[in-house]
Amino acid sequence: MTTMVLSGNEACVEGALRSGVRFFAGYPITPSSEIAEEMARRLPALGGKFIQMEDELASMAAVVGASLAGLKAMTATSGPGFSLMQENIGMAVMLEAPCVVVNVQRAGPSTGWATWPAQGDVMAARWGTHGDHPAIVLTPWSVKESFELTVRAVNLAERLRTPVILLSDAIIGRLREKVDLPPSVPVVDRPRPAMAPDHYRPYAGGPDGVPPMADFGTGYRWYATTTTHNERGYPVGVDAAAAEGLLKRLHSKIHDHQDEVVLTEGRWLEDSEVVVVAYGSVARSALAAVKQARSRGLKAGLLRLVTLWPFPSQLISQVAQRIRGLLVAEMNMGQMVEKVREASCGASEVWSVARFNGQYLMPEQILDKLEEVRRAWR
Amino acid sequence: MALMRNRDMVERYFRRGALPTTWCPGCGLGTATGAMVRAIDQLGLDADKVVIVTGIGCSGQVYTLLNFDGFHGTHGRALAAATGIKFANPELTVIAPMGDGDCAAIGGNHFIQAARRNMDITAIIMANQAYGMTGGQYSPLTPMGSFTSTSPYGHIEPPFDMCALAIAAGATYVARGTVYHTQELVRLIARGIAHRGFSVIEVLAPCPVQFGRRNAMATPVDMFRQLQRATVSVREAELHPEAIGGRAVRGVLREVEGPEFTAEYEALIRRAKGDTHG
Repeated sequence: MTTMVLSGNEACVEGALRSGVRFFAGYPITPSSEIAEEMARRLPALGGKFIQMEDELASMAAVVGASLAGLKAMTATSGPGFSLMQENIGMAVMLEAPCVVVNVQRAGPSTGWATWPAQGDVMAARWGTHGDHPAIVLTPWSVKESFELTVRAVNLAERLRTPVILLSDAIIGRLREKVDLPPSVPVVDRPRPAMAPDHYRPYAGGPDGVPPMADFGTGYRWYATTTTHNERGYPVGVDAAAAEGLLKRLHSKIHDHQDEVVLTEGRWLEDSEVVVVAYGSVARSALAAVKQARSRGLKAGLLRLVTLWPFPSQLISQVAQRIRGLLVAEMNMGQMVEKVREASCGASEVWSVARFNGQYLMPEQILDKLEEVRRAWR
Repeated sequence: MALMRNRDMVERYFRRGALPTTWCPGCGLGTATGAMVRAIDQLGLDADKVVIVTGIGCSGQVYTLLNFDGFHGTHGRALAAATGIKFANPELTVIAPMGDGDCAAIGGNHFIQAARRNMDITAIIMANQAYGMTGGQYSPLTPMGSFTSTSPYGHIEPPFDMCALAIAAGATYVARGTVYHTQELVRLIARGIAHRGFSVIEVLAPCPVQFGRRNAMATPVDMFRQLQRATVSVREAELHPEAIGGRAVRGVLREVEGPEFTAEYEALIRRAKGDTHG
């Protein structure tokens, strides 16, 4: 065990390097640039590759290219860059190229407030790229978790051959905390083909839906194509069944592994009238508010979403059936609250406390809202 | 050197069942693709180590024909993806055939940055002066005054000179050929692939269906005659510069040694590891 004082961004780099990331392509943007700078400094000594590309379109394209050539690949950005990356995040989905995209969120829309935090990209992380596609989005609430979730993001990307998004924010990215780093982390490598090249079907899913992936240059001579393709990687032409099969498999390989992908943390869920649903940096305020509320005799709990997407609908639905109200706390104009409302399906009341002026959502504001809920119930 | 016969080329390098192509009759892309494959063959490259990276559009179909690793990504991003592939594994020979819309318009910045960076990638611009697949709209290479589906009253923008652009941006090998001058084209592409650094070969290729028929060159023959008339070899241009008269110059336009990115990075790795002998 090594104890270090790190920022969330530095912890992210630490997690990436320890889980085997050896390629980084990126473009400078506040508040994520430290990740690129650390990667530029540290990758070469590990034999890894760093490149600063001309923009985020190119960064994401290079990450996908490197992934196909066999390296564990990552990039990091913030809102405006995240918008540009969406095109080739979709490419990574379609090519099934494992990679990790870190978005250290800042206040938007557009250029917005470069140095001010927000959680305005939760829907962009889910639906930013066009077409029907699955998404895995993890969101850390601490420096330690920035490390742990980066490791998990890299491993999930490799295991399921998919892009994974780590949604940090300006607070977590630049927060410095003491972290105990383990001597080693679990490392997962993408499945690689065991069959001879003649029998290789680059997009045949196998029992768990994840096709084995041959590194370019190893004799398998396969096509990685963003065109809707069949199991061999050829355009489907007029074969509607092949097109449908591809889309279904792209989704099911994620959703059939929900137990590995969907992470949440609950506090006092069994003994609550009202549960605060929060994620990322705001969950820190939410925990403080819940503790204070309980000390005032209000039966409050916390449900922290570690995985935002796939959304833990089932859990929310179960919790909603046991309690009277859910309070969704977030630094945006109310994005996840709609998803929570949908999952609770009328079983409990759904309240929202939202802040979107670049200021941190403080415990007092969540506590005030909890008191407002209590008053409404009298 | 005698060119490999079609039958041998198809047998050795084409995916079974890939032919006929989906390209229109008279299209230049088949000839350009054939020249690329013959160049690969002449160089005796290990086919397992060749990666074909395409963009989107008519030229984006090239990968589906060939028995190499193929990458068919997003419109304009071929060179950015190629950069990731080559940088991740410098042992690979990375060749990026692109259309002129792909390379010069939506991918224009990637093109000039790749030329400046000088990574050992070969860019083949299959320049047919229009967007063929989407119905013949004008591209950055469409000549002024010509008619396309989006310039029905005549095109009012001047075109790029891609070779001049590549030279200005720092590409270390720049050549221009046409699908009419096939033997020369194979040589130009082979020399570009063999060159250590970023290579650009602009291949003038006719698009009779989407471009020619709107511009008084309705048949492939008309368009091939145009390629013959509108170009002049480097040798002839040097001997008679006064007679170039606005024609495009064919041949090797630039070939210089320069620091190649992946080699520079290998040296950087040795420095970072503290190997002072590196």
